[in-house]
Amino acid sequence: MTRRSTVTTERDPDTDTGSPAIEARGLVRRFGDTVAVNGVDLEVAPGEIYGILGPNGAGKTTTIRMLATLLRPDAGEGRVFGHDIVQNADAVRGRVSLTGQFASVDEDLSGRDNLVLIARLLGYARGDARRRADVLLGDFGLADAASRQVKGYSGGMRRRLDIAASMVVTPDLLFLDEPTTGLDPRSRNQVWDIVRALADAGTTVLLTTQYLDEADQLADRIAVIDRGRVIAEGTPGQLKSSVGAGALHLRLRDPGQREDAERLLAGVLGVPMQTGSDPAALSARVSDPDLAARAFAELAGAGIPVSDFAYGQPSLDEVFLALTGHPAEETTDTDDEEQVA
Amino acid sequence: MTTPSMASQAVETSLPSALAPGDRPTRPSALSASLTFAWRALRKMRYVPEQLFDAVFQPIVFTLLFTYLFGGALAGSTGEYLQFVLPGILVYTVVFMTMYTGVNLNTDISRGVADRFRSLPVWRPAVIVGALIGDTVRYTLASTIVLALGLVLGYRPEGDVVGVLISLALVLAFSFSLSWIWTTLGLLMQTPNAVLWTSTLLMLPLAFASNIFVDPATMPSWLETAVGYNPITHLVSAVRDLMAGDMPGQSIAWLLGASAALVAVFAPLTMYLYEHRR
Ligand SMILES: Nc1ncnc2c1ncn2[C@@H]1O[C@H](COP(=O)(O)OP(=O)(O)OP(=O)(O)O)[C@@H](O)[C@H]1O
Ligand SMILES: [Mg+2]
Repeated sequence: MTRRSTVTTERDPDTDTGSPAIEARGLVRRFGDTVAVNGVDLEVAPGEIYGILGPNGAGKTTTIRMLATLLRPDAGEGRVFGHDIVQNADAVRGRVSLTGQFASVDEDLSGRDNLVLIARLLGYARGDARRRADVLLGDFGLADAASRQVKGYSGGMRRRLDIAASMVVTPDLLFLDEPTTGLDPRSRNQVWDIVRALADAGTTVLLTTQYLDEADQLADRIAVIDRGRVIAEGTPGQLKSSVGAGALHLRLRDPGQREDAERLLAGVLGVPMQTGSDPAALSARVSDPDLAARAFAELAGAGIPVSDFAYGQPSLDEVFLALTGHPAEETTDTDDEEQVA
Repeated sequence: MTTPSMASQAVETSLPSALAPGDRPTRPSALSASLTFAWRALRKMRYVPEQLFDAVFQPIVFTLLFTYLFGGALAGSTGEYLQFVLPGILVYTVVFMTMYTGVNLNTDISRGVADRFRSLPVWRPAVIVGALIGDTVRYTLASTIVLALGLVLGYRPEGDVVGVLISLALVLAFSFSLSWIWTTLGLLMQTPNAVLWTSTLLMLPLAFASNIFVDPATMPSWLETAVGYNPITHLVSAVRDLMAGDMPGQSIAWLLGASAALVAVFAPLTMYLYEHRR
């Protein structure tokens, strides 16, 4: 990926020479008794795609809303291209666009009206605003629906319009809050393509997601956030290797044989096996691929047929489990369920 | 799940024109931003005709209802009562329409559009001022309908056109000022429905403890006193006098003062809440 290296967008020179796109120190935000964000530090370089990954209620939206100047932090400070998000909120607003978690477009208006509205508010003259709207509608595959009320758009169309509205003036920093939640795979791919194209053109992107896969696919760097705190940060590769080992995954043809398999494998591999909710599945951290291959052979020798066998780097799912002690899917505070044998 | 690379042809991966940088346009002035938001409000009337329907239908029903159903009982004859009640219905109609300002603002916030507006570098009050300007167009429309209907039914303002125009201007000015109470409520309440109910509950006593439908002289004295403090009473008196050809300088001054006070208190409060909400 040739991000940033080819960028020649004009920018006002007074601000961003040298300053990171985002710099946050100890951001805190409470809602009543809930501490939604509890001391978040972030540093995002210009041109990066930065992913914030976390389960429901982790504090992703609250963090983004503070950085986009919509919410004041209770403590800590943040800078966007060197501008303080509280003291100098207006300068920040001049550099960023926000596509919120819930459609930040006007459902009662048509797609074209929405874009014309934003273009006018950004200072385009009437005719220019209409032309700009039509260019965007064409590029985002919305030309046919341009005069229809947004209320009748599909989820994917709405998302694309929402992102188009954020690109009426190409922003230096784009906030995308869960851009693909609820989209089908095709629409999700479209959104991913848009994000990549934007980043290639030099826009910094901060996106949140609940999908480990998405962060892995898009982000140059990822912060894993849980209960208002950043619990890990790095490139997808770093995060994976921080867990320390590869992972072996097995599915048995006959779930009834799981206990036998567990005993046998624990002996061969010398590490405890993990079992999840799938009654036929087993997994273990194994750093040596040869050992994993031997385990497979031993199972075959003992007459325990295997329907699925995989060895590889741990998925971000497992990274999350290792970092937090609970799986990413978990939305509540329950710490039971996962039985680590 | 990995990327199925099929079928993303609807969106060009390179987005060439969408990303053409070009010059960033200069920020619009406060007035221009407000007018853009007013344009949005009027544009909505095309797609959401319910509010337009309200603006057209409610005054018609009210005028007919009050004139023919209650007119005989309240004033002896429908013709006489129409002469009395029409300015009142004009005020009643418009003043109740102001509640939508708060409802609409709350709807914007609960739907998320407000987040986008707030993240734009525009004059902050523009979104609300613009909505109010757009509403003023609806109020004018409703006022015109009430007046036209009144004329058809036999209402005759004794004053000239100037008196009628001044009274319309007063109604609009007061409604604009009153709207800031509803925008404040719109930011305090959690849902659009809660805003609607709360404002209705506040509006009903204001509307009925006034001289809109009956002459306060017929009320018990404590109520008559209370009615005298109701700004709506002053608005209706002023409109009646103006339409009858008088120039009620004192009522007008009183009203403009009350309007200014409403804006002075509730506009900053609205803006504070708008900045600090959630
Ligand atoms: N306006 C609010 N009032 C009260 N509590 C709030 C508010 N906004 C967020 N919270 C609480 O703060 C916590 C963090 O919420 P936030 O929306 O930031 O999480 P999130 O990571 O975006 O979650 P999701 O994936 O569900 O969008 C949650 O416990 C939420 O209930
Ligand atoms: Mg969220």
